[in-house]
Amino acid sequence: MNKSVFAFIIVALGIAVTPFVADNYYVKLATLVAMYACLALSWNFIGGYAGYPSFATAAFMGLGSYAGALTQNAGIPMVVAWVVAGIFTALFAAVLGFAILRVKGHYFAVGSISVVEVTRLVASSCSGLTGGGDGLNVKIMQGGADYAGRVFLFAMLSVMILSFIVTVWVDRSRFGFGLKAIKQNEAAADMVGVNVSAYKIGAFILSAVFCGMTGAIYASWIGYIAPVDAFSILTTLKVPVMALLGGEGTIFGPVLGALVFVLLEESIWSRFLEANQAILGFTIVVLIFFLPGGLLRIDYRRVWQKLRIANRDASRA
Amino acid sequence: MLQALANGLMLGGLYACIAVGFSLVWGVLNVINMLHGSLIIFAGYLTYFAWADAKFHPLVSLPLVAGLMFLFGYALQYLVINRVVKRPVLTTLTLTFGLDMMLYNFMNVVFEATPRRITLNWGSVTLGDIVLSADRLVAMALAFALTGILYAVMRASKAGRAIVAVRMDRYAAALMGIRTNNIYAMTFAIGAGMAGACGALFAVAFPVTTNVSGLLLGKAFVVCVIGGLGSVPGALLGGLAFGLIESFGGHWFGPQNAITIGFVLMLLLLMVRPTGLLGIKGYE
Repeated sequence: MNKSVFAFIIVALGIAVTPFVADNYYVKLATLVAMYACLALSWNFIGGYAGYPSFATAAFMGLGSYAGALTQNAGIPMVVAWVVAGIFTALFAAVLGFAILRVKGHYFAVGSISVVEVTRLVASSCSGLTGGGDGLNVKIMQGGADYAGRVFLFAMLSVMILSFIVTVWVDRSRFGFGLKAIKQNEAAADMVGVNVSAYKIGAFILSAVFCGMTGAIYASWIGYIAPVDAFSILTTLKVPVMALLGGEGTIFGPVLGALVFVLLEESIWSRFLEANQAILGFTIVVLIFFLPGGLLRIDYRRVWQKLRIANRDASRA
Repeated sequence: MLQALANGLMLGGLYACIAVGFSLVWGVLNVINMLHGSLIIFAGYLTYFAWADAKFHPLVSLPLVAGLMFLFGYALQYLVINRVVKRPVLTTLTLTFGLDMMLYNFMNVVFEATPRRITLNWGSVTLGDIVLSADRLVAMALAFALTGILYAVMRASKAGRAIVAVRMDRYAAALMGIRTNNIYAMTFAIGAGMAGACGALFAVAFPVTTNVSGLLLGKAFVVCVIGGLGSVPGALLGGLAFGLIESFGGHWFGPQNAITIGFVLMLLLLMVRPTGLLGIKGYE
């Protein structure tokens, strides 16, 4: 537990110092790591702790980005717009959760994917408000690229730290214990007095609020949003994959998964423009077969021992 | 109105055919097959290129393509998906999504996303005020026929009965001497074969492009939830219902909103009756 917090502080410090030691490319990369870490931590509340396979991340992020962009374009200060977007997304999740959390497993997965589709279709057809398929422009921040890059980096970092603090709280609290009980056996949890539906909706709201804020920050950062990018089905898959890569249901797993994923994507996959998606797909398949528990569940001491034995045998032979 | 009804029934036949394989895989294997849309499009491309390059009539290549997809599905399930088939939905769904990305990317690189369509020039059929193009009519009739054949196979053949047994209780079926791994592979193969046949029909009636694979998958979701899982009549009912919803929804609210209406109705139905209209309680 304390080890996880310590590891997180190192990652957060690493992200925080990038603007002072590296150029804008790395600042962008660090911002992406913070963003995906926050999304993966959010997913972890419902997917990791409560065990509900949610694929609604892109819906929350997209709604947040539209809510933030529209609020900001109405003349409200940027930071306030981010908070408004978070609140709006949380309310949406509360209503949606009331409806959709009645079903479990496969039905829940399909329902949550459909929510992404519905929100995307609505955003593209309400062209009066959202600009439809043409997308929406957001005011670009004054002060130059260096300054803006730092502002958005620290904004993403703050939301990431906030979501991590909430994760630590959930992990240690009665609420988190209830969620873990729901994951193991929902009927039994209900029997022993866990308020199952309230807990599930609570986890769903937590999984939405930071996604909404992240989406709003992303919209201000990029300066332009369109339905296809904001509600991308790829995002909705990538985020659970990151959490799985690190280790779902743990505190540090989602952060580690996001870090490794973004670095891999940037250093390897982005070099193969044409086969980019296929390589990502292949990675997912490999991940499922060879790393079912994620990076945190590997017993590294045993791996190290095995390597040493193999090494010794090789040198003897 | 009558035109919308006829269009809806025609679309519905095709949707039933699209969804029946997906529904079977979901119902029997408990796997949400994210590959389904891409499999249909892949088969559509095979049919198109057989017609454009080798002058194979699409109705001749339909059984060949379906057979090929059947073998592909059998191998895929037996070698890959069977290894994780008992794991939770998050795992199986993510795995098939990963496989889907590989197939989708492969098709985009090899076939390119330009819409391609087989033109048969059969003209159209007029019935009173209703005008229907003949190629779509043939596609719909064949879709119904294929669904009927699948129903007969499930009812009468040994493999079909074994699939139904596994769907009801995989452990009891195993105790009765059914090799569940083979039945899983068989079920997935039938699903892929149906996708193959549908792809061939789709290529006759609509332009084939990789862009629609996600949309086809979404439609399969809706049909399954409306009709209930794992049964042929359920998929047929769901397909027809969804075809009519889309046709009348497009008629009244504009075609761009037709699919949204379908999804919203599906979400509402999930809330009140998650087992579908023909579903039986107790099957998860």
